[in-house]
Amino acid sequence: MRDSVLIIDLNDYTYEIQSRPDLFEKWIGGTGVAVQLLREHMDPKADPLGEENVIVFATGPFTPAYPLASKTVAMFKSPLTGNLGESHAGGRTATSIANAGYGAIVIKGASEKPVYLVIENEKVHFRDGRVLWGIEDSLIVGRIIAENESGRGIRTMMRIGGAGEKLVRYACVTTETYRHFGRLGLGAVFGSKRIKALIVRGRGKFLPSDPKRFREIYDEIYRTAIASDAMKKYHLLGTAENVIPLNELNSLPTRNLTSAKFEKAEEISGEALAEHNLGRRIACSHCPIACIHLAALRIPYENEPYFYKTIMVSYDYELIYALGSMLGVGSREGLLRLIHRVECYGLDAMSTGVCLAWATEALKRGILTRDHTIVELSFGDVDGYLKAIDYIYEQPNEFYRNLAMGVDHASDVYGGKDFALSFGGNEMPGYHTGHAAHIGFATGLRHSHLDSAGYSLDQKVTELTPQEAVDRLVAEECWRQVLSSLVVCFFARGVYKVDLISRAFEPLGVEVTEDDLVRTGEEIYREKLKLKLEMGFKPEDMRIPGRIFEIQSLRGKLDEDFIREAMNYYVRKVREMI
Amino acid sequence: MKRLEIKDIEKCVGCGLCMFACSRKFASHPEIGNSSSAILPVSLSGFERGATVIFCKACSEPPCAQVCPTGALKPKKGGGVVYIERLCIGCKYCVEACTLNAIFEREDGKIAVCIHCGYCVNYCPHGVLEYREVKT
Ligand code: SF4
Ligand code: SF4
Ligand code: SF4
Repeated sequence: MRDSVLIIDLNDYTYEIQSRPDLFEKWIGGTGVAVQLLREHMDPKADPLGEENVIVFATGPFTPAYPLASKTVAMFKSPLTGNLGESHAGGRTATSIANAGYGAIVIKGASEKPVYLVIENEKVHFRDGRVLWGIEDSLIVGRIIAENESGRGIRTMMRIGGAGEKLVRYACVTTETYRHFGRLGLGAVFGSKRIKALIVRGRGKFLPSDPKRFREIYDEIYRTAIASDAMKKYHLLGTAENVIPLNELNSLPTRNLTSAKFEKAEEISGEALAEHNLGRRIACSHCPIACIHLAALRIPYENEPYFYKTIMVSYDYELIYALGSMLGVGSREGLLRLIHRVECYGLDAMSTGVCLAWATEALKRGILTRDHTIVELSFGDVDGYLKAIDYIYEQPNEFYRNLAMGVDHASDVYGGKDFALSFGGNEMPGYHTGHAAHIGFATGLRHSHLDSAGYSLDQKVTELTPQEAVDRLVAEECWRQVLSSLVVCFFARGVYKVDLISRAFEPLGVEVTEDDLVRTGEEIYREKLKLKLEMGFKPEDMRIPGRIFEIQSLRGKLDEDFIREAMNYYVRKVREMI
Repeated sequence: MKRLEIKDIEKCVGCGLCMFACSRKFASHPEIGNSSSAILPVSLSGFERGATVIFCKACSEPPCAQVCPTGALKPKKGGGVVYIERLCIGCKYCVEACTLNAIFEREDGKIAVCIHCGYCVNYCPHGVLEYREVKT
């Protein structure tokens, strides 16, 4: 197994490569290994924006052996929540890191001056980043580096835009232009360490221990993947295909969740985008599905007839929710412009949308005034939002400085807590399906819909007690620790079933039973939970925004007692688990 | 003879499955990774602008073979080259000589060049590549 850990120290611009078979044998890779590395290298009380914060990138044992093992886990202390930060991205990160020979990369310290890092097999280059610093458009940063550095086709290029430099707590790290370590503020951590970009290029090889069996298993996974429903579903419309069904199920958060039905859902649906705007589809490295959908947006110049620019904008369900329905934006062009703006600055789209939705409602209710927001914010008004996104980056006044710290923080300062839609400090994802979704946001260790997929539980099972809901969600989250340690794309979870995973390890010379896998998933969950508690996570203090109880969902109006009971049960469960 | 050809480059999604397939092409010693890959999909400064898939086009007068000092690359009948790994000293003259940049450096300092075996075509999920008979 690939067990090299590259440790980079920005304080003195040194690096070393350690061989850690112990780590990868016990903890698989990805999330499992990242938790341990973070624990080894970081004080849980570290200041997220101080040099003592540590960034870990970890890949898994199936990269690049098998298709769909296409993701990298980033782990760090989140400047948004002050707690554990974990974010996954695709693109070419995983295969490049693996081909360069590393299982994981640890970045410590902070550079005095802006740098960008170039990592290759056995070598790290610390490059002068001063000229790139201050370029607020991450797309341009990418183009400049692409021209400067070798490794076309075999490299990953992570970078931050202006939002990361300005320490917006929900700035993302963009990779290969259209994929993101989106959530929980890794971009601000890059900014605080003065890392503008991180390039990894790799050309390497590994040998299977059983060549014949390796090709057979590969073919089995490949065939299963291209025949799978996921392949059809995500290749055709992408995740955007969820817009219409969720809207019909009364589950699409709209106008700061003052409704869960959006009358213009049709217009910003996956179907409409595909019909009118879809320009190209692309894939993460080693993924046959190609779920990344790029819309071509043609914008005329106002004062120059017959002069257009055409920009490509990558869209996904989450972005359509956060910058579309949540802001009441029902025009595709408006939505795509907003996505593009957020992409340029390198902001997390979900957090940005939720922050702006809250600000819009707060302004309407008189909690905020135009002195705060500078521009008029009203649902559906794209121009106002475009300007406000500029301000989140520029932070021209105290209000935007606060808004750049997240909706939880802003509502602490100004009020409007009841309709500040965040869980554990992380802005809410786009699913108002029922109790399970929200319990999942509250209990999930990333406060993400991907932790435990409560939205899917709400759709599949109707009769659940609060305790059953928590048990099912935690069990799902435990299993997902295996997937995110491997690290396979969650869209391929139907392909990577437990028996296949166990068999896929064999030709790589690793023996793991199905029971081992399940048990390891639970252990990783526990380790992550422990780390989160050490960082100050208090499940008993979890704030549940009152708004979610006011609005009809797929499961009708939600019951506050139900969720309170679930949380009490979860608190007890946590105590038992550690 | 049969050749690896591009059928429709506009459908390339940049997944790199062809590249990883090339590393597995020898049944007796498949590799994991890209060191021995002789095919490389690259974007035109971002896949939104489209792709190029780089591999040997099987020249009838291959410049790579002309500059090879040891005879490790020999012109093949019908176009392209035969690579005799044993003779390769890793000088990379061929890498310089190929106008298409279709000779790749391996991790061990030797080179990788497409032998037109057609294995990768089976793994391109989007019909970009084909393996077809051409007149020589
Ligand atoms: S490697 Fe380049 S020069 Fe050599 S035969 Fe192929 S295309 Fe021609
Ligand atoms: S035809 Fe064979 S040698 Fe050429 S790129 Fe495809 S797999 Fe590699
Ligand atoms: S397998 Fe096909 S779609 Fe994927 S990179 Fe290669 S040519 Fe492009």
